[in-house]
Amino acid sequence: MSPSTSLRAGLDFDAVSAEDVSRVFGRRRALSKISFRARRGAILGLLGPNGAGKSTMIAVLATLLRPSGGRIRYGAYEAAASGPALRAAIGLLGHDLFLYPELTARENLVFFAGMHAVADPDSAAADALRQAGLESRADDPVSSFSRGMRQRVALERALIHEPRLVLLDEPFTGLDDASAAALLGRLQALRASGAIVVLATHDLDLAEGLLDHAVFLRDGRMVEAVDHPERVRSMYREIMNRRAGLYGPPGAA
Amino acid sequence: MFARIVWLVLRKDLTVEVRSLEIAYTTVFFAVSCVLVFAFALVREGQAPEDGAAGILWISIAFAGTLALGRAFERERQSETLRALLLAPAPRPAIYVGKLLGILALLVAAEAVLLPLVALLFQEDVFAHPVWLAAVLLTGTVGFAAVGTLFAAMLVRARSRDVLLPVLLYPITVPVIIAGVRATAVLLQPEVEMALVRFWLALLVAFDVVFVTLALWTFEPLMTD
Repeated sequence: MSPSTSLRAGLDFDAVSAEDVSRVFGRRRALSKISFRARRGAILGLLGPNGAGKSTMIAVLATLLRPSGGRIRYGAYEAAASGPALRAAIGLLGHDLFLYPELTARENLVFFAGMHAVADPDSAAADALRQAGLESRADDPVSSFSRGMRQRVALERALIHEPRLVLLDEPFTGLDDASAAALLGRLQALRASGAIVVLATHDLDLAEGLLDHAVFLRDGRMVEAVDHPERVRSMYREIMNRRAGLYGPPGAA
Repeated sequence: MFARIVWLVLRKDLTVEVRSLEIAYTTVFFAVSCVLVFAFALVREGQAPEDGAAGILWISIAFAGTLALGRAFERERQSETLRALLLAPAPRPAIYVGKLLGILALLVAAEAVLLPLVALLFQEDVFAHPVWLAAVLLTGTVGFAAVGTLFAAMLVRARSRDVLLPVLLYPITVPVIIAGVRATAVLLQPEVEMALVRFWLALLVAFDVVFVTLALWTFEPLMTD
């Protein structure tokens, strides 16, 4: 995927902007006025503890949830008006892997390549299996794979249509050191190819040195946004402690 | 594009089902159990109540269909693959049609097992008018499955989906079930009144057109969020 020849012929964009995005589930406010801008050729990290709203933000960016307030702009486009053409430019690796356990790795990849109208699904699936290092297990059912192997197939599933916007929710879950290192290399290659990468994680050690921008979330609120973050772990601790002091201990009125 | 997505979703569903046979076995087993229970309860000295076979055939189809609908979407929920389908740049009504055809294939397979069983237990000549009976069963099953597929997809994230599906589905599909039962009952009479069969069949086709159109129209907004 090179910037010059990149991606699909349809809708394309250089940046994704969240503008005062809020999302409410019943009486619970999962996101409250979140604003940031993710650019092409850069990795933006959504960092925060469990329940901070990272996965909800990823689902909103993926067009799977509508914001209750504010808006997401994909370059000059908005989700409601762009529909399938916009979805063709988005790749999502979620908490759940979106794979059919009864199908083989190859069948899963060919199916999703077909669903994304990839010109040659068989060849795209073969390339994806090579990228995942799973050529020898290509025709085994996904149910027989370890969590790490499934995660690798799921990542290739999310990237099989060469999306402009790559959304990754805790992509390091279940990966051993070698697989995590391979994923880091893949993310850097995506950045070099001109993709917009948004990564939600609380694995701060792996995020170290990877992120171009970091957005810190806590309790659905954006508490800090930092460009070119360094020493992410200590920065995270310092920001979260500061906010904890501001809000008081959990349960306090 | 539309037909290609329908084919991809249908082929995927059938491949998964052929590998596991989970829904096929449970649906057929449940449908056969229904027919057997009713047969033992209602058939006395080899005599079934009038029109009993038609009613029991359709009750079994409805009960087994509800089971199949729930399981088909439970499978998409377990790995959240429904989200992946909705994220694909495909027309969402095509995804609906693909799922509907998969459910129909399962129900037609269950009906192929049920018919000879009903013929045997209720001493009915169900194959006297095979083409008409096939048309009645197919149109009735399409109407039932069209609504069922929509509701099952809609309820996939609801906590009490197993309870809600039949509660929502049966009242709306009652006209389809009644028309199916009446048309089948007429076809099982010794002297078949074809005008009556045509009337019920036309009614079933009308239900199918309305239900499928409404489902295609509402699937996209219902599945967003």
